[in-house]
Amino acid sequence: MLIAIVISGFLAALAAPALYHFLPRWAGRICPLLPLSLFACLLTVVGQVSAGTPLIFSLPWIPSLGISFSLYLDGLGLLFALLVTGIGFLVFLYTPAYMSNDVRLGRLTGWLFAFMAAMLGTTLAGNLITMFVFWELTGICSYMLIGFDHEQEEARRAALQALLVTGIGGLALLAGFILLGNISGTMELAELLGRGDIVRAHPLYLPALMLVLAGAFTKSAQFPFHFWLPSAMAAPTPVSAYLHSATMVKLGIYLLARFSPVLGDTEAWVYLVVMTGGITMLTGGVTALLHNDLKQILAWSTVSALGTLTLLLGLGTPAATTAAMVFLLVHALYKSSLFLAAGAVDHGTGTRDITRLGDLARVMPWVAAGAGLAALSMAGLPPLAGFIAKELLYEANLQSPLAPLAVTVVSVFSNSLAVAAAILAAYTPFFSKNSVHDLHPHHVEIGLWLPVLLPALLGLLIGLFPGQVGTWLVTPAVTVIRAGGSPVQLALWHGFNPVLLLSMATLGTGLVIAALRGPLLRKLSVAGNIRMGGAERLYGIFFSRLQGFASWLTLTIQGGRLRNYLMIVVGVTVCLVGFTFLTGSGELPASLPRPDGGIHEWLTAGVILAGAVMAMVTRSRLAAVAAIGTVGYGVALIYILFGAPDLAMTQFCIETLSIILFVLVLHRLPQFTLLSNRATRARDLVVALSIGGLMTLLVLMTVSQPLSSHISTWFLEQSFPAGHGRNVVNVILVDFRALDTLGEITVLAVAALGVYGLLKKRHKEEG
Amino acid sequence: MQSLILSTTIRLLMPLLLMFSVFLLLRGHNEPGGGFVGGLVAAAAFALYSLAHGAEAGRKMLRIEPRLLVAAGLMTALVSGMLPFITGQPFLTALWSKLPMPIIGHAGSPLLFDAGVYLVVSGMSLLIIFSLMEE
Repeated sequence: MLIAIVISGFLAALAAPALYHFLPRWAGRICPLLPLSLFACLLTVVGQVSAGTPLIFSLPWIPSLGISFSLYLDGLGLLFALLVTGIGFLVFLYTPAYMSNDVRLGRLTGWLFAFMAAMLGTTLAGNLITMFVFWELTGICSYMLIGFDHEQEEARRAALQALLVTGIGGLALLAGFILLGNISGTMELAELLGRGDIVRAHPLYLPALMLVLAGAFTKSAQFPFHFWLPSAMAAPTPVSAYLHSATMVKLGIYLLARFSPVLGDTEAWVYLVVMTGGITMLTGGVTALLHNDLKQILAWSTVSALGTLTLLLGLGTPAATTAAMVFLLVHALYKSSLFLAAGAVDHGTGTRDITRLGDLARVMPWVAAGAGLAALSMAGLPPLAGFIAKELLYEANLQSPLAPLAVTVVSVFSNSLAVAAAILAAYTPFFSKNSVHDLHPHHVEIGLWLPVLLPALLGLLIGLFPGQVGTWLVTPAVTVIRAGGSPVQLALWHGFNPVLLLSMATLGTGLVIAALRGPLLRKLSVAGNIRMGGAERLYGIFFSRLQGFASWLTLTIQGGRLRNYLMIVVGVTVCLVGFTFLTGSGELPASLPRPDGGIHEWLTAGVILAGAVMAMVTRSRLAAVAAIGTVGYGVALIYILFGAPDLAMTQFCIETLSIILFVLVLHRLPQFTLLSNRATRARDLVVALSIGGLMTLLVLMTVSQPLSSHISTWFLEQSFPAGHGRNVVNVILVDFRALDTLGEITVLAVAALGVYGLLKKRHKEEG
Repeated sequence: MQSLILSTTIRLLMPLLLMFSVFLLLRGHNEPGGGFVGGLVAAAAFALYSLAHGAEAGRKMLRIEPRLLVAAGLMTALVSGMLPFITGQPFLTALWSKLPMPIIGHAGSPLLFDAGVYLVVSGMSLLIIFSLMEE
């Protein structure tokens, strides 16, 4: 069943464009059925998984390296998989209405399916390498989806930025996984989870930790890699809701949760993860309030929420882990609802600027209801799920092993910022009395409001019945992360305690911040002009410098002058080989072997030499071409004399074709004159003599040593029985070493395309 | 430049050269020859024809874009390498028929692979030659 869950999305990705092409009317209704049925399918195993029996599937992939394609579904994976398919259902419901008959709808849906499958693969992966492959696939899908409006430069830039930042993190993650595999001796997740003590005691623990954290932090947009996430808002809104708030950016959180039994519970872990999470939480919360664009507000508050999750997983206590899992679920619900509401607003009015929006509840009542509920959950008001999450968060903060006071203060402050952001995102556009006379908002169809309302209602439902959700979904996930600790039971009402006081303080501060925001921003006049933060500017400088360096390097080494290329190639060869020659163990023969060739061999050698000298001294280009041809044919003759007819035949053909090519271009070349002065010719002589001398020495050295001929005898013996051919050269080419040949013909094809492109380009420029 | 001698000779030579190139390809497994040299001979045949009658006529004679030849060749080689997947063997494992055949001895997937090499090499050479001629 697991394999079907992962594969079906990829198949759907291939089928979606065709479906939209042939059944445009029905495709929008068929597509949401897949995530819905996957969701139902996953629900059927909740009982088994919450009882502590994970589902396992395994196929051998590269057994020699311990790599298998294995899938592993436990409580943590199940929570994520349910989120991916559940939010996926809403997004697939919403997308056709949002894009309203755009011709590219099929392509968008296809990529969304591919993304969903990749997400399921990552969260269900049971092997480090399998996980990495799916992890990178999510990044590629994200690249394609952010850059969906590829005709806009902004979208392309944002897509590339997201790809590079998460891609660099992905490479670090791969290195980290390989280190983990080497330290623990297994690539299988199920075995690795039990070997945490071995990993933590290993001297390479710290590098492995840093690398895995780099992967998690880039993916989950943690400071200082956070800037790619707000830029990624260039994507269509359903994509932002799905990838960049509810699911993909949570993969870093998944990684932290997944590997905390292996890597967690050390001083380095707590400090690194808690500090990063705290800084991200504050940065995101403050920046969110500086924006007027609905999507930017939501994106920065997502950054803040991701920081909160990171901080909680860094603390690592049972209370903190429970809080993290609850907050993860709650945040996915309210944030996807708010994002989809922002999309509906954009669709209905044509703008997302909150200074121009207001009183939309009259026009789109259902969207307003959904967004309002979601915002109440975000602000943490009872009886919504957000309240439970916040209570747990404060409880975890107060029990923090690391500076409880500081952690609590930072949390309260950034939650107040979240309250203010919730007011901006839901109250201002829908319920405030802003005048919207210049916009003409229209009603939105069911496809746009139902996906807003559903998750918001679900948030209410969880708030009313927290116990069941806790038993079935949260507790199994928490037990996976913290095998020892007993998870906290979820309840809406915890009684009058310090935590409740903190909640009330948060709400009050949030209201004050929201009230002061407008006047403060006007005074500072920064709203709307925050474009480049410090980290993003560094990123920009780094990449422009890198490109500058690359073009400098290319121009220096490959300036377009053939003689320079030759000199570089020859120089490097002579230096490297000469160095080995001087320091190596090889010896020159004491006496030169006596040449035993007959007169015909001497004659052939003479022809080659004469051709070379002729090419050097002649004053006619045609003569030079002919002389070089003579050298080539001479070499082919040598091949024949020493019994290599295959080589000789090929050499003859090559020479013939080269001469044909020369003839074709000969009359176009400028006059054949002496352009070099004495000094350059002397330099050329040195270059030619050095490579010639080196090759001579090498040949002498090679022939003086008895060749260990295991390989050639093996080929000779095996050619007919194993390769069914008597021509050993050809059997090697097409059978024994066919992979090399495949590589070579690919190079040939690429080179041909290069030549073709260059000639055609020149043609166009001239014509 | 039109040369009567060249154009008459090539008219006779061309079918011979092409047949020879295929012959080289087929016998390559047991005697000197093979896809690489066969492809070069085929390219030479078309190149000579184009020298005599112009690149336009050469293209017409070839009927198919050299670029497509390169692509088809790469695909052929790749497919021949993937045939063993059907029986669950690794990439590029040679498959052989049991029946002996004239000239080539046994038929097998390496021959298909060699045909791919033949197509890539001849396509690539002609791509460059035609492009240069039309400069």
